[in-house]
Amino acid sequence: MLQHILALALKELLALLRDKRSRFVLIGPPIAQLLVFGFAATFDLQNASIAIYDQDQGAAARELIARFEGSRNFEVVARIDHDAQVAPLIDDRQALLVLRIDPRFSQEILSGGSGSVQVILDGRNSNTAMLALNYTRGIVTDFNDTWAARHGRSGPPAHLEIRPWYNANLESRWFVVPGIVGLLTLVVTLIVTALSVAREREAGTFDQLLVTPLRPVEILIGKSIPGLLIGLLQGSLIVAIAVHGFGIPLRGSVGALYLGMALFLLSAVGVGLMISSLAVTQQQGLLGAFLFMVPAIILSGFATPIANMPEAVQWLTYINPLRYFLIVLRGVFLQGDSYALLMDQYWPMALIGLVSLILAGWLFRHRMY
Amino acid sequence: MVNAGSPAALACHGLGKTFSSGSRVIQALDGIDLTVTPGRITGLIGPDGAGKTTLMRLAAGLLRADAGELRVLDLDVSREPLAVQSVIGYMPQRFGLYEDLSVQENLDLYADLQGVLAVERRGRYAELLHMVGLARFTARLAGRLSGGMKQKLGLACTLVRPPRLLLLDEPTVGVDPVSRRELWAIVQRLVREEGVSVLLSTAYLDEAERCDEVILLHQGRLLGQGTPASFSEPLTGRCYLVNAPTIPKRRLQMRLTALPAVADAIIQGESVRVVARAVGPLDLSSLDAGPAGVEIRPVVPNFEDAFIIRLQGEHDATTEESPPLPMAATMANDDAAVIRVDRVQRRFGEFYAVKDVSFEVRRGEIFGLLGANGAGKSTTFRMLCGLLPASGGQLEVAGHDLRHAAAQARGRIGYMAQRFSLYGNLTVAQNLRFFASAYGLTGQRRRERIRWALDGFDLERYADMASGDLPLGYKQRLAMAAALMHEPDILFLDEPTSGVDPLARREFWHRINLLAEQGVTVLVTTHFMDEANYCDRLVIMADGEVLAQGTPAETKARFRDAERSDPTMEDAFIALIEQRAQTAGEPA
Amino acid sequence: MNARGGALMRLRGMVRKESLQILRDPSSIAIAFVMPVVLLLLFGYGVSLDAQHIPLAMVIERPDANSASFAAAFQQSEYFSPRRFDSIQDAEQALRERQVDGIVWLRGDFSRRLLAAGDAPVGVILNGVDANQARIASGYIQGAWQSWLQAYASSHGQELTLPAAVEQRVWFNPALRSRNFLVPGLVAVIMTLIGALLTALVVAREWERGTMEALMVTPIRIGELLLGKLLPYFVLGMGGMLLSVAMARWQFGVPLAGSFWLLLATSTLFMLVALGMGLLISTVARNQFVAGQIAILVTFLPAFILSGFIFDIGSMPAPIQFITHVVPARYFVAILQTLFLAGDVWPVVLGNAAALLLMMLIFFAVLGRKARKRLE
Repeated sequence: MLQHILALALKELLALLRDKRSRFVLIGPPIAQLLVFGFAATFDLQNASIAIYDQDQGAAARELIARFEGSRNFEVVARIDHDAQVAPLIDDRQALLVLRIDPRFSQEILSGGSGSVQVILDGRNSNTAMLALNYTRGIVTDFNDTWAARHGRSGPPAHLEIRPWYNANLESRWFVVPGIVGLLTLVVTLIVTALSVAREREAGTFDQLLVTPLRPVEILIGKSIPGLLIGLLQGSLIVAIAVHGFGIPLRGSVGALYLGMALFLLSAVGVGLMISSLAVTQQQGLLGAFLFMVPAIILSGFATPIANMPEAVQWLTYINPLRYFLIVLRGVFLQGDSYALLMDQYWPMALIGLVSLILAGWLFRHRMY
Repeated sequence: MVNAGSPAALACHGLGKTFSSGSRVIQALDGIDLTVTPGRITGLIGPDGAGKTTLMRLAAGLLRADAGELRVLDLDVSREPLAVQSVIGYMPQRFGLYEDLSVQENLDLYADLQGVLAVERRGRYAELLHMVGLARFTARLAGRLSGGMKQKLGLACTLVRPPRLLLLDEPTVGVDPVSRRELWAIVQRLVREEGVSVLLSTAYLDEAERCDEVILLHQGRLLGQGTPASFSEPLTGRCYLVNAPTIPKRRLQMRLTALPAVADAIIQGESVRVVARAVGPLDLSSLDAGPAGVEIRPVVPNFEDAFIIRLQGEHDATTEESPPLPMAATMANDDAAVIRVDRVQRRFGEFYAVKDVSFEVRRGEIFGLLGANGAGKSTTFRMLCGLLPASGGQLEVAGHDLRHAAAQARGRIGYMAQRFSLYGNLTVAQNLRFFASAYGLTGQRRRERIRWALDGFDLERYADMASGDLPLGYKQRLAMAAALMHEPDILFLDEPTSGVDPLARREFWHRINLLAEQGVTVLVTTHFMDEANYCDRLVIMADGEVLAQGTPAETKARFRDAERSDPTMEDAFIALIEQRAQTAGEPA
Repeated sequence: MNARGGALMRLRGMVRKESLQILRDPSSIAIAFVMPVVLLLLFGYGVSLDAQHIPLAMVIERPDANSASFAAAFQQSEYFSPRRFDSIQDAEQALRERQVDGIVWLRGDFSRRLLAAGDAPVGVILNGVDANQARIASGYIQGAWQSWLQAYASSHGQELTLPAAVEQRVWFNPALRSRNFLVPGLVAVIMTLIGALLTALVVAREWERGTMEALMVTPIRIGELLLGKLLPYFVLGMGGMLLSVAMARWQFGVPLAGSFWLLLATSTLFMLVALGMGLLISTVARNQFVAGQIAILVTFLPAFILSGFIFDIGSMPAPIQFITHVVPARYFVAILQTLFLAGDVWPVVLGNAAALLLMMLIFFAVLGRKARKRLE
């Protein structure tokens, strides 16, 4: 039994690593995705283009404008002086927002009143617009606090003290990069396993395998091992790059991380082998993997929160193993979670893994031709 | 015959073509000079890798020559490929029919592409469809046609605009004998009635005899050109048919092959055909044939004799004796049935791939399943190996139904699939090690068997080569070595010789004979009718049914008549198919 | 027969063949019509950046009228679903266990300091793991806080006068619905899928099945062959485009502010670019596996990530921003978002269309040089 499984696993690994095309699949896309996601997939706003329409020209207005100029979130691209200039700037996407300072701004503010500042935003990308608005509010609030303190005005009777935990500077990279560990291990494991039976079917070697005394269970286990191993290796590599390359803190226990990774890989291998048992050609295997992967990634909370989805879709995410693994990853990386806190994520992955492997085994036996 | 005024159908001078794959450079064609006479059928013959397909593709303007000059119908192919393409017809080895289009739609496409005018089409279609016998099937999807019909439709598509030169690349591979005969009839009619020049490559040596002229290629070089007779004539006085009543024909063949005076010996019908190394009386006294002695009849040499002798001269390596395979298991040759197939059926939807097939194979027999592609041989075969469940009936191999048998029962069989089906990107040694482990061999025995495979099949020098890169003949050896790793009692061979050149086929059958001598039961499928003579018993299948069953001699004897005193297996097969068509044609 | 007649006949034959194959091949239909619907549904319903009902822990150490009015400001907001916790320790535990995304903490001395010194601190702790959501949540909390301040001031007969008061006006998408910008962008992804992936796959399939060799040896010219492939898939791609636009408009209620004809014209341009990419890939890759890999890697993924469809290009690092300039989808996404939400803004449309035109010309020029009627 053990000898059979070892021989099979060795053969699978050799077959995979000796093939130029599969080596490429294992190395090319993951690296490309790590770079692209790590650098490009960001919701942080930097150098958002802002146009200043200062109708006031007073000292208070200049002080406020200076704060925008000093912010790394904004870059002043234009200064305009009449209304007709606003629309083309926004329409043509030259400026994301126009800051218009009322002609009576300085006068009002010095007399103890409230000066008016108008923000005109391009809402085409709602998320960017929202972030720009939040940053604008933050700058104005700071300005207000400073102004009030300096001029002895009474500020609001209460103030907010906002402290983000786990990610004090709110960098989206800290959020995205640990997620990539899950994303890429899913992609690689799925590709390795989903094509493994189909490849043998196409090459005719599957028949050759089935006429040997190997049991289906042994074939199944033999085929899972390379997926697990490669997934584990690739996962570890990306964890290392995340910590040392991207500087993401790894606060929790590495053991808790690897327990999650192992359980996740188990479920990914199960799903992959299920697809593999169903597919007759590599083409179908690839399509199957793609059809599973796209929804699994979109509905995992990788980029957008599950909580924002409609109720019915949220229910659907409970059968998605990536959902749980992403929580484990972010929990261990940023929140420093340990085993106890992650229990609720471990057991669903174990369950999905078990069910999918049993199903794969069943399909395997019943689709031998 | 040759019209002095008309240019050669194809003429080349110093033609050369190389391919590079990775770091290896393959010289596919090397300095070829030849001329193809118009209005005739010219055969392009050679083993795999001879450069036949490359020459065809060069002539069709699909490849660009590295060296030399190539003119087709007096047009320079490299300068005017489009002009050449509008006067030739070319049918590639796998003619690309669109399987999701109907017969009519395929014809329409090629009529459009070839610029056949609408007014000419109706007549041409009717003529072609009648000629290839597809008139009733115009609405059927090409994917639903049988192998022979597909090939004939491919030919019809190629002919939709009458070409002046027709290039056919292995048009009869894998086609059943009846369709093969029909294809030849079509080609001969084209030459006779429309004056088309035909260049045709083939792996069937008997087809070479039907050509007006033959071009012999080997490893990219031209070995000779002439009429088929001009090749075989030099062997006059060296060819014999040998019979020894006391020695079974397979054993006789093996003994003859071992004689130094014999250059080649193969089974032909119930006798052994021998080519001697020299002209003169053949001395077979060393055979020890007993009182009945040996009967030797001189025969007229044929093209195959000439081909083999010619190629043996090219590389001496093939004449070297492959060492006998030491097989531990030697069993008594008794009458117990080891394989039993009883009224087995297999349905795919509405379609019966196999219906009511029954036969038994006895221990130590070589048993053949004969039939064209799609006859149900492979389906029967896969059911026997437990790869496919039967829809009805019973199957037993060594007392087990392999579909449900314990894994250990499978340890007694060896299986060699139709296509090369070992791990192509693993090396020879890695493949052998894997299969040794898969069959549960360990320790000393595992090492011994791997050594046996490397030595016995002459694979040692390729041990570290990826098995996918092996020459075809060696792939075959490796597949066989893997199947014999665990010394099985029963060996399943699915089309083991398809696509293999005649030299490798001889070597292969030699090994099978040795195994059978040692008591291994062999079940083999083939579509080469002449190979049936190697079998002890056989069944002939068509459309999923068994048409005939018995020894080769019995089967052939059924069709002996005044016209054919010594029918070949192919004659018998065609007669069986015709009989069946007649019964089916009668009103039910 | 004259030369033009022959060319037209050959072209007709190719187009008819391709069309029949599309109609009979379920996988073409799947990629052209099922995938777009699935993607649109997934993105339309599954992907949303609009936070609602953010679970929030409210810790009020000493309940009184002031803290109650403060809590009410959060309870009334559709952005939050607050839960009461008795101690900050319990609330922090809930945050750790991911039951809440943030904590609002009114200490025991909240009312006293509010009335006395006027500098009552309100503690807000956010789970910063998802930085984007945390930022959005913090914006909402500030909004709720300010509206409470207003209400508090007016209930005390005062008017809250901040030195500078922000008045916001969001153009084109006043409610800031993320669906309104995601769904139009998706049209570009879907057209890339059909134009590049499907086209690359079908040409590779011809090589695999050996039909290409038979085609090549007919007198068809390479240009006719390419055009014959291009036309049916152009129609198919535009079909996918119209389906997506119809779903965007009626299923997801995304307004189409610009002119439909301009949308059609720019889509035609982008479709040609996508087809050019697909055909170019097929001259390199001769089996479906490789063609699929390349198409996904060089067309589909960039269209997804580097086009500005989800992620703002302006915020990417400079080298990556530079790369986005060679991603055709980038230009089309800009056109789509403008046409759908802003209207016919000619400078945006013309500039990006010019870039698309240039790319199309380059692709077809390369194609003309690379594509040969040969097997090597």
